[in-house]
Amino acid sequence: MATEEPLFAMPPPRLLWQPATIGAIALQTPRVKSFFFDLAQPFAFQAGQHVEVRLTAPDGYQAQRSYSIASAPATAGVIELAVERLDEGEVSPFFHDIAVVGDSIELRGPIGGHFVWSLADGGPLLLFGGGSGVVPLMSMLRERAAHRATLPTLLLYSARTWDELIFRDELLALQRHQDGFELVFVLTREPARRERDYARRVDAAMLGETLARIDGAARHVFVCGSNPFVETATGALLQAGLDATFIRTERYGQ
Amino acid sequence: MVTRGFSGRPRPQGSAGRVPPGQSLTDDFPVLSAGPTPRVATTDWAFTLKVGPKPIARWSWAEFNALPQTTLTRDIHCVTRWSKLDTRWRGVTIDDLLAAAGVAAPTGYTLAHSFDGYSTNVPTADLVGGKAMIALAYDEAPLAAEHGGPARLLVPHLYFWKSAKWVNALQFTARDEAGFWELRGYHIHGDPWREQRFSGD
Repeated sequence: MATEEPLFAMPPPRLLWQPATIGAIALQTPRVKSFFFDLAQPFAFQAGQHVEVRLTAPDGYQAQRSYSIASAPATAGVIELAVERLDEGEVSPFFHDIAVVGDSIELRGPIGGHFVWSLADGGPLLLFGGGSGVVPLMSMLRERAAHRATLPTLLLYSARTWDELIFRDELLALQRHQDGFELVFVLTREPARRERDYARRVDAAMLGETLARIDGAARHVFVCGSNPFVETATGALLQAGLDATFIRTERYGQ
Repeated sequence: MVTRGFSGRPRPQGSAGRVPPGQSLTDDFPVLSAGPTPRVATTDWAFTLKVGPKPIARWSWAEFNALPQTTLTRDIHCVTRWSKLDTRWRGVTIDDLLAAAGVAAPTGYTLAHSFDGYSTNVPTADLVGGKAMIALAYDEAPLAAEHGGPARLLVPHLYFWKSAKWVNALQFTARDEAGFWELRGYHIHGDPWREQRFSGD
């Protein structure tokens, strides 16, 4: 784990709740919708950070959840959150079934000072996402693209099917820029559709081949997904010889 | 601010008074950590007590397991908003650790250190008096690596990031020195009942 990062020179400001208006909603996959929030008080953030969202019932009962920011710091002012519908959930069904453009939702952030990347950190940048774990990685890729950066970057993104790949078309478009961004899709329940994609669960052999596609030694490695995905991916990366201190993880529940 | 169209789940019954504000109950045991799970062999394991930079006691795995052990059943609360009731732990209380080292709590603050470089700060008063332990077992089984095994700090009355996984040292400090997450925007103390999640809460 990295311990030589720059530390806060002074205590960070208090995180205050603010109303945010839903300016647009986009269907990303059958189970994921993006919500674009206009902030009353825009804040600066780093790619990889998250926000908290708070819903309040008429009797005062509140439900709060954390969502990673999908949009890039370069487009601050509007915050995109990608919300996956969890049928047993309390907050995600509200977003999917009830929330409409114009609704006001309370939100605070940014939160998290470890799973973050900024342009100044440079590369090579290696991103490994499982399911909705791609969201904070997307913020990093969008930041890179917004600044027309060309640092060697790779995203390996695992989902069940082609249609469940969040941001799929945007990622394919980013790869067509041929600016040093390598994209590998891993489908666990369908055949691969592109030549160098995979159709099985992540394993050490796959990650070894994938690492060989990047020029230079990895300096910044981010792994985000379910705990089994993160355990498998980080285990394989360590086996492939990567230094544990370069690997940052974020895990979603069980 | 009432959210249009939001009614929420049925309000929890029966666990009243046990779930801090803003938390939801889970039956799972979610795993959260900042990096890969370290695999620490018990043959390589050692635990050190320090006052400032100076080590005052050190135990091997066998020596540590020979210390008096205590079972605690406690509710735990993660800052990511899950709480889990009645979790069962076995380990060495900080009181017994200090007794084995032959010292009283030397300073008012403590930094816990881990094999992977993680650290977290806890006031010493939150560690003594039977409140905290170095846990070696969960549910009567050796602590799994992804839950912090071979040994983790357990401070169940504070948010669970304070219960450092893969712990290998307690360092008593003169001042309250911020640890890993505390330097990255999280609260210096972390009391779930006061919702001390982030700096300034």
